[in-house]
Amino acid sequence: MMTNSELIRLSLRDAAAALADGRTTSAALTSAFLERIQAVEPKVRALLAVNAESALAQAAASDARRAAGAPLSPFDGMPITLKDNICTKGEQCSCASKILKGFISPYDSFVTGKLKAAGCVLLGRANMDEFAMGSSCENSAYQRTANPWDLDCVPGGSSGGSAASVAALETVAALGSDTGGSIRQPAAFCGVVGLKPTYGRVSRNGLVAFASSLDQIGPLSRTVWDAAAILDLIAAHDEKDSTSLPQEPANFAADLEAFEQNPRLDGVKIGLPKEYYELEGMDPAVKQIMNDAIEVFRSLGASFVDVSLPHTKYSMACYYIIATAEASANLARFDGIRYGYRSPNATDINSTYEKSRGEGFGNEVLRRIMLGTYVLSSGYYDAYYLRAQKVRTLLRRDFQEAYKLCDFLLTPVTPAPAFHFGAKTDPLQMYLSDVFTTALNLSGDCGLSVPAAIDAASGLPVGIQLIAPAMEEKRIFRAGRAFELARAQKDFTAPLS
Amino acid sequence: MAEQGTKIDVAQVASLARLSLPQDMIPRLQSEMEQIVGYVEMLAELDVSGIEPTAHAVARTNVLRDDVPSEPFPREEMLANAPDLIEGELVKVPQVLPGEGIA
Repeated sequence: MMTNSELIRLSLRDAAAALADGRTTSAALTSAFLERIQAVEPKVRALLAVNAESALAQAAASDARRAAGAPLSPFDGMPITLKDNICTKGEQCSCASKILKGFISPYDSFVTGKLKAAGCVLLGRANMDEFAMGSSCENSAYQRTANPWDLDCVPGGSSGGSAASVAALETVAALGSDTGGSIRQPAAFCGVVGLKPTYGRVSRNGLVAFASSLDQIGPLSRTVWDAAAILDLIAAHDEKDSTSLPQEPANFAADLEAFEQNPRLDGVKIGLPKEYYELEGMDPAVKQIMNDAIEVFRSLGASFVDVSLPHTKYSMACYYIIATAEASANLARFDGIRYGYRSPNATDINSTYEKSRGEGFGNEVLRRIMLGTYVLSSGYYDAYYLRAQKVRTLLRRDFQEAYKLCDFLLTPVTPAPAFHFGAKTDPLQMYLSDVFTTALNLSGDCGLSVPAAIDAASGLPVGIQLIAPAMEEKRIFRAGRAFELARAQKDFTAPLS
Repeated sequence: MAEQGTKIDVAQVASLARLSLPQDMIPRLQSEMEQIVGYVEMLAELDVSGIEPTAHAVARTNVLRDDVPSEPFPREEMLANAPDLIEGELVKVPQVLPGEGIA
């Protein structure tokens, strides 16, 4: 049998192999993670809830299935953490907000149902920025998650708890959600892989809505193969999400296994969007790491072409109008009537709405609802929201033009490695840290964040982002896998004792 | 677009959004909103005449599922999260119409 220290370091792929050939059991694996959580969680604070008892029961049931020769999938018994905005029946889903404290999900989200059907063990719920609004997890109403690489730094956000739980070896993998970079940026800050699938690839049914035209659920994991395998589990058409795309099983993990026979990228053309590389204020270390990554891809046989995304400068403005407008409409449902917090200070129906919302939401959520309400309000709708939707068309065209010249785009994920707590107090400054990630939520394309190197000065990981057209995840999985095998830095285990 | 330096009436927007804001938050919120709105004003530079708006990344229209009867969610489970109930069956809300309370 394997030791706990070995078990918690396994990738999803290796853990599945160990379960399959009897080197471990789900009970052993789950116990190893629960022990690890007990040891490091006081420092990392990645999880809002740990389902210790229920996880062990799920693990025992999984082991029984496997012993009977009938595992539900190769991942039967695999522990996984879920971001706290993904509903699981019978569990609290708070979105790290006071307004949903005590809210128990009455049903499973589509993705939770898929994970249960595969036999996965639901280990716990990951911290996040309240309602997924933020880039550092500092907006959680409950706790401050630390970056496992440097406990004085943020893990990124909004899926910071998901990323930190994977990086701190508290789970094999996690699910997060990405509205403007909320999977890719924390993945980069924590040295793990993160995928924002194509919009519509994964059903949003049971994901608490932030900005419905941008939100997408995706995996955070130790390797690109792991992310591909998790996408295989959760990607499917769902009639309960009208934006879910009809699709056949893509078998991404199997494709990667075939690709690994000869993981070369000969004939592949990679686009370098010049606007992303010319950004003022980019950390020189990130620039250097990008240059090194380009050399790795070149050594794999890929060639490069300069491309232009001319409306890049406008993407943040476009994003913050659309995301806040949609958020203000989506968050209207939190009114203190049917579920969630109701203010004890209210005297009539209007003050119930106003006080429940005013007291229940944190500052960043209030700010975004206010901005969204403003840009949608009478007299401003055309000038802000409608105009932003037209600019969104221009941004999408930029990507479509760029794809005519290349197979995928290679960009930084963030302008700098993880920052310290409290370093970005100005909301606009915080928003601008998402400059490389928001555009493809607007375009609907898929993006993969892969750890590239460790910044020598800070000791923090830095990631690269691969961007492909809608439904072309296979391209970035292959390229990301080839890169992962060829990069100089092999080990991305956080130095957390 | 609002002219540069236009003051945002925070109280008015808060009332539209049904938010009761702490008094001490309002001046700071006003300056932050004006700063952010000032930033997003850059979209005014672009000529968007003749450009169709994009509402969704995936343009699918009239997505309907088959009209098949199915089991509704159990009522008790749906009401389990309500802050206040009448006889376990109805959501109880504070008085809606002005006037004397109904006992």
